[in-house]
Amino acid sequence: MAEKEKVTIVVFSGELDKALAGFNIATTAAGMGMDVTMFFTFWGLNVIKKNQGRLKSKGRMRKMLNWMNRGGSQRLPLSKFHMFGLGTWMAKKLMGEVRMPTLEDSIATAKRLGVKFVACNTTLGFMGLEEDAFIPEVDSFAGAATFLGEARKDTVNLFI
Amino acid sequence: MEADAVLDCMGLYCPMPIIETTDKIRELEVGQVLEIIADDKGIVTDMRAWCESTGHEFLGVKEKDGAYRVYIKKRVES
Repeated sequence: MAEKEKVTIVVFSGELDKALAGFNIATTAAGMGMDVTMFFTFWGLNVIKKNQGRLKSKGRMRKMLNWMNRGGSQRLPLSKFHMFGLGTWMAKKLMGEVRMPTLEDSIATAKRLGVKFVACNTTLGFMGLEEDAFIPEVDSFAGAATFLGEARKDTVNLFI
Repeated sequence: MEADAVLDCMGLYCPMPIIETTDKIRELEVGQVLEIIADDKGIVTDMRAWCESTGHEFLGVKEKDGAYRVYIKKRVES
């Protein structure tokens, strides 16, 4: 086959429904034999934060930000009808009933199919986060130039 | 149609049949036929598109009582 087609997905949002949409496309594209990179930035970093442990950060304002913006795949709210967690709990239940993969399943599938995870270094700096706040599936920490370097060769570019 | 392997995707929605097919096709030899059974109508167009991208051959689809049987011939190593 010719050189693999490339797909990049910018995950800017930190909500469960948006993350699921991103992973749905990422895993499908990887399954179709494409080379997929996901860039996580801003609130999207919450998708790839560890679910366990406390987040270390320096300074009162950053501590407060990370306390309010804890993140982790199991803590993401829905972008609509979160209703203090009740709506999200119900949505997860309904998705389970039709055997939709959970976000954690999708992260594992994406890795198994060779999807690359890149976390935005600038957001890490501004939020005062260390690399160990993130799940080990993250391949690298980089900036916009890395993203554009990949994206300019791509056939599909998405921003979620 | 005689298939060399059968993949049951009943009750699964997009993109799970595609993901499972991606895994399953690896177990087959080039030239062998995989049969995928699913009840999500989207599989008919999705599988055709998947074959176009991956280089495998879409042989056809049979529908009976809401179940779709899709036949794919493995054409390239994966």
